[in-house]
Amino acid sequence: MPELTYREAVRDALSRAMREDDDVFIMGEDIAEMGGSMAVTQGMLAEFGPERVRNTPISEMAIVGAGIGAAMQGMRPVVEIMYEDFTTLAMEQIVNQAAKHRYMSGGQVKVPLTIRTQGGAGWSPGAQHAQQVEAWFVHVPGLKVVFASTPADVRGLLWSSIYDDNTVVFFEHRILYPIKEEVSEKLEPIPLGQARVHREGEDVTVVATGRLVHETLKAADEAEKEGVSVEVVDPRTLLPLDEETIVASVKKTNRCVVAHEAVVRMGFGAEVAAIVQHQAFDWLDAPVERVGSKFTPIPFAPVMEQYVVPHASDVLDAIRATVGRNGG
Amino acid sequence: MAKVESRKRGGLSQDKLRGLYREMLLIRRFEEKVEERFRAGELSGFLHVAIGQEAVAVGVCQSMADGDVFASTHRAHAHALARGMHPNALMAELYGKTEGCSHGYGGSMHLYDVEIGFLGANAVVGGGLPAITGAALAFKFRKEPRVAVAFFGDGATNIGTFHESLNLAQLWGVPAVYVCENNHYAESTPASQQLPIKDLAKRAVAYGMHSITVDGQDVEEVLRAAGRALEYARSGKGPVFLLCETYRLVGHYVGDPQVYRAKEEVKELRETQDPLDRVRAKLDLADEDFEAIEREVDELVEASVEFAKAGTDPKPEDALKNIYA
Repeated sequence: MPELTYREAVRDALSRAMREDDDVFIMGEDIAEMGGSMAVTQGMLAEFGPERVRNTPISEMAIVGAGIGAAMQGMRPVVEIMYEDFTTLAMEQIVNQAAKHRYMSGGQVKVPLTIRTQGGAGWSPGAQHAQQVEAWFVHVPGLKVVFASTPADVRGLLWSSIYDDNTVVFFEHRILYPIKEEVSEKLEPIPLGQARVHREGEDVTVVATGRLVHETLKAADEAEKEGVSVEVVDPRTLLPLDEETIVASVKKTNRCVVAHEAVVRMGFGAEVAAIVQHQAFDWLDAPVERVGSKFTPIPFAPVMEQYVVPHASDVLDAIRATVGRNGG
Repeated sequence: MAKVESRKRGGLSQDKLRGLYREMLLIRRFEEKVEERFRAGELSGFLHVAIGQEAVAVGVCQSMADGDVFASTHRAHAHALARGMHPNALMAELYGKTEGCSHGYGGSMHLYDVEIGFLGANAVVGGGLPAITGAALAFKFRKEPRVAVAFFGDGATNIGTFHESLNLAQLWGVPAVYVCENNHYAESTPASQQLPIKDLAKRAVAYGMHSITVDGQDVEEVLRAAGRALEYARSGKGPVFLLCETYRLVGHYVGDPQVYRAKEEVKELRETQDPLDRVRAKLDLADEDFEAIEREVDELVEASVEFAKAGTDPKPEDALKNIYA
């Protein structure tokens, strides 16, 4: 089985789709000669040429909007928004246009567009290059939202996103690009809306996304030493959400922690907590604990940045809090 | 009022002119019926009629070919009708019926009809322009001789989507025509308060885009100019900015008291800038011929109201459909 980095896995999904299908093309800022600000599309210009690996002006509205128009004609564009902070510039096109065309037309049109973007803290880019904004998009009917945390997942989910007939906002995490995982020779698409259980456990379920999946796996190792068995569930697709897997897990463990890098308040975890308390109320032995960033913009100074965003230790504290509630 | 040079050249046949007049009259009578039914309390939501701008809609839409696509604005009834949407489907949409062109999901500001290439009216000013650039990109990718057309107003030339879309379209040389209907008001705000320049074509020229300016009240001129614009784009020379100087002879929305302009201004516009008067003057028709056209159009419009009223209400829970493909 070959091993790919998260970065290579994204590139592999894009390249395979473009080899097989003339309707797939990519566009975005600095994605051609430069290979993207995160080097994800490196080498793709040489293979596919400048028509299909399209450098764009710094025009987020037009990049997304042109993707919408090409998608409505039956192409399957993948557009890159360099940092998720910059999705703000394209918000009108994503929320009012891409998400609503099908609905407003009474089902006449489809917008099979994939919007790749990345972000996250951990390298001190400051407040406008490190925020996690996935919660904004899961609030919008008509969009699908993916946040993959491993190379195998990012490859299989990106493929499914490209071939989904709806607009998918596809989040990658900057810190995850170098991580490696074995992947199958053949690209196995991963259906949207299907969670992955990374580790089975008996005492606490942690529902984690993005970088926090890896922090949670570290925390679970620590908890194990304390005699606490942790089940780690990564929803992978945030919209639609695999509620069934999450709820079944909580019914087994009777405790739940939600963990993401975005700020806690009104974060994706709030929705998970609401679902869990509603669907597994009688099974819960402790309140659902939430882990995420403190309610600030992301600061520059590395010590402040690291203070603001959550780490394995924060997840471990939350696990302990749920277990401590009824005496372990 | 802006003076626009009108070049006299070989005129259209009387038959062709008669057809254009009939289309324009259909729009006028349809829009008047919309105003009437709104005032009678039968129509919901926001309604923006295109009275005064019929020549732009008819001239441009009649120049388009099968397979061409277009996006419109909040003031979209005229474009829909001019491109061939049946008045029944349009009126039924305004009444919120399943027989409507968007099956009751859209309303006046969100008309769609993929059969005629209508990719959507848009209630966000400038909202539809980027997708037209993208549709044109798809045509270029696939080497299809099709053109994507965006309608928008002078107000939209102040919004970012306009600038980003035109820049991208010219950069990539896509087959798109950007039709600016300059009616000199952004809702209530006159040009003097929203546009530091008089000639909006300069905005397209700044991107290196080929630009054509035309008297939007003269359907013959619009038809000719739009034909040239579409041919230019279709032949692979790149996008075109088609600036149509036009006038809205009514308020921004149905019920707009127009406190922002003098009654005399509207009166003068109606006397001097009515596109229907222009085409009537060119038509060599007897009174009874004009009356016959009026009758036929009136019947069609009246029938559309009957059709709409007899239409099917969506089930409330149908609101949960069509969110995802």
